[in-house]
Amino acid sequence: MSSAFDYAPAPESRAVVDLAPAYGLFIDGEFTEGTGGDLRKTVSPATEEVLAEYTQGTADDVDRAVKAARTAFGKWSALPGAERAKYLFRIARIIQERSRELAVLETLDNGKPIRESRDADLPLVAAHFFYYAGWADKLGHAGFGPDPRPLGVAGQVIPWNFPLLMLAWKVAPALACGNTVVLKPAETTPLSALFFADICRQAGLPKGVVNIVTGDGSTGAALVAHPGIDKVAFTGSTEVGKAIARTVAGTDKRLTLELGGKAANIVFDDAPLDQAVEGIVNGIFFNQGHVCCAGSRLLVQESVQDELLDALKRRMATLRVGDPLDKNTDIGAINSAEQLARITELADAGEAEGAERWSPACELPGSGYWFAPTLFTGVTQAHRIAREEVFGPVLSVLTFRTPEEAVEKANNTPYGLSAGIWTEKGSRMLWMASKLRAGVIWSNTFNKFDPASPFGGYKESGFGREGGRHGLEAYLNV
Amino acid sequence: MPTAISEVPASGNEAAGRLASMADVTASDGALRRFLHGLPGVDAVGLQARAAALGTRSIKTTAKAYAIDLAISMIDLTTLEGADTPGKVRALCAKGIHPDPTDRSVPKVAAICVYPDMVATAKEALAGSGIHVASVATAFPAGRAALPVKLADTRDAVAAGADEIDMVIDRGAFLSGRYLDVFEEIKAVKEACARPDGTAAHLKVIFETGELQTYDNVRRVSWLAMLAGADFIKTSTGKVAVNATPPVTLLMLEAVRDFRAQAGVQVGVKPAGGIRTTKDALKYLVMVNETVGEDWLSADWFRFGASSLLNDLLMQRQKLSTGRYSGPDYVTVD
Repeated sequence: MSSAFDYAPAPESRAVVDLAPAYGLFIDGEFTEGTGGDLRKTVSPATEEVLAEYTQGTADDVDRAVKAARTAFGKWSALPGAERAKYLFRIARIIQERSRELAVLETLDNGKPIRESRDADLPLVAAHFFYYAGWADKLGHAGFGPDPRPLGVAGQVIPWNFPLLMLAWKVAPALACGNTVVLKPAETTPLSALFFADICRQAGLPKGVVNIVTGDGSTGAALVAHPGIDKVAFTGSTEVGKAIARTVAGTDKRLTLELGGKAANIVFDDAPLDQAVEGIVNGIFFNQGHVCCAGSRLLVQESVQDELLDALKRRMATLRVGDPLDKNTDIGAINSAEQLARITELADAGEAEGAERWSPACELPGSGYWFAPTLFTGVTQAHRIAREEVFGPVLSVLTFRTPEEAVEKANNTPYGLSAGIWTEKGSRMLWMASKLRAGVIWSNTFNKFDPASPFGGYKESGFGREGGRHGLEAYLNV
Repeated sequence: MPTAISEVPASGNEAAGRLASMADVTASDGALRRFLHGLPGVDAVGLQARAAALGTRSIKTTAKAYAIDLAISMIDLTTLEGADTPGKVRALCAKGIHPDPTDRSVPKVAAICVYPDMVATAKEALAGSGIHVASVATAFPAGRAALPVKLADTRDAVAAGADEIDMVIDRGAFLSGRYLDVFEEIKAVKEACARPDGTAAHLKVIFETGELQTYDNVRRVSWLAMLAGADFIKTSTGKVAVNATPPVTLLMLEAVRDFRAQAGVQVGVKPAGGIRTTKDALKYLVMVNETVGEDWLSADWFRFGASSLLNDLLMQRQKLSTGRYSGPDYVTVD
């Protein structure tokens, strides 16, 4: 945006993060070297600068971690709930104390704007630990019988879009219920999980209760296939989720999957339009669109299409793309070259299939992985960009004429994670919500998260719920 | 100050045409009600969240220096007390011309805002400075007087030399749904702003948004005033408990933006009351910048109704140039 009022750069200081040149694995309460000896590099997507090296965990490393978790399980699960709660509360407080450091680290490793890691991710991370700490001594009142038991060792594999938040979603309920965990962070964003390992030590968490094994997909596959785990929790792509389901099939391991989405954000002609525009922007451009529940399909009622799209384009032109560490940046870097290639490929397909592409004028930095916020109009249900998850800042606009048509189009997807409804009419909102096949439905808002609110999907978006009382069920023998 | 219409993208004729077609909506009370209630609703939670998000922009160094000077140049330096004296008004005028006696690079303020009986004093004190004299007429601040009284109040202020008239609307009429009455009153005051030489004082319409209760009402009253010919829309008198707030100002900015898109006429916005710190003022400027853009980033289209804001801006300005905070004794009391 060119204006007489150009904001001066306001970068957050990197000095608060003390990065080691290389990191080992966190097993049985200690940082140890991997048995394979392979190190990988993790880079800042905004600059392609190498931040640190981390260990490629092998099957042997996974085995060590699972054994440590198994040993720790006996003592940990035998602790009174109130004792486990103390550890979780302590972790939550340390996260709050170190939140600035963790936010900068997350932004460095992931590429997301500091505004979001500071104002959205970290407060939610701490909130999840606080929330599940509160449940640890009340499991008998959660509606799963008077004395529900933990499952055992949980193998958890998390994605790169919200590295620390997804860790919190998985680790907090698991520990509250008395399970121990082996967690594998994503290969492009391992650092915050390693810092979390340090927080576990700082909190005096007993050895082996939390183990972090870094590495790529092969490490994750070894963890999921390991016979010593009782529960698999995965958040990531539908493709990998299906592979995990095949691996786990036939065993007695419990499984929950949080997979892809292609959410419909439905705007009626009586919607509060200015707030709807904000909700659309927040729905698809939050975290560069790297959100499984992103509102990537805008379904707008034909009568307000022009008005809404004009307003949306005007608003998109004010989005500030660039240095994620700058406090005024709205859209940061795409997490990896691979993801950028995928977004580019799908956007090109959208154009080739006849949809009209629009982006605001914005200068992208010379190095790093960047993609301008993009809008496609004239999209139909038959276009690839309306069916496949882009996982990037790309919004497809479709139209509808009647509420029935909106429901039909919204549900016509293999996914079913989330949806948004924008209308001033309460009866229509409730009617729509009862018809939409999606795990989370937001009304006159989008992408709002709270630890007390369950989250999960239908169909190819996975099964099981995280968050809330429902999130306990995935870690209890019920 | 340029007239509102000359600055907008639409040509004068085109704008007049569009306004004429919009005149249909003011043909009857029913038509006006249907139009105002047909405006898009406001989701309070979403509006407040957006206003709060705009408040988190980090403005520093060159941007801060620019914004502080811009904010100073947008101030309607105000004294509206029963105890006002000519001496106090003259002192305020002197301060408006040279806000910081030790630093002549500080811009002058936009206007001095006084009661009608002080207009002549202010006009004389400001002669040749280019600073406007604004006057609160129409039975300010309650607005509870008969229309002829309000019009006389307005004519009196204009005759005394006021460049701008800040009128208050009849909130009682608005809240009881007599929209056409409010519309006609604004129109009548606008006519009373005319001078014998064919020019007219600029009309700012004060809503007292703290008394209108809902955001939907704020959007409706904004459109109502703009349809009636307001040159500026202004949040409040500064005399009630709740004055300008960021969400209300954001909503009014959205209204002037949408009105220009539809009617081709640009209208200014003035938050007033309760804006005391540089930090707050910068948040408002960010809101202007990101909602309506640089077209509104001047004293012609955006004003702060404030009396104590100026000193904080001056202290922040001194801090930027010297690197140290001074204190209240390093700026003038009035």
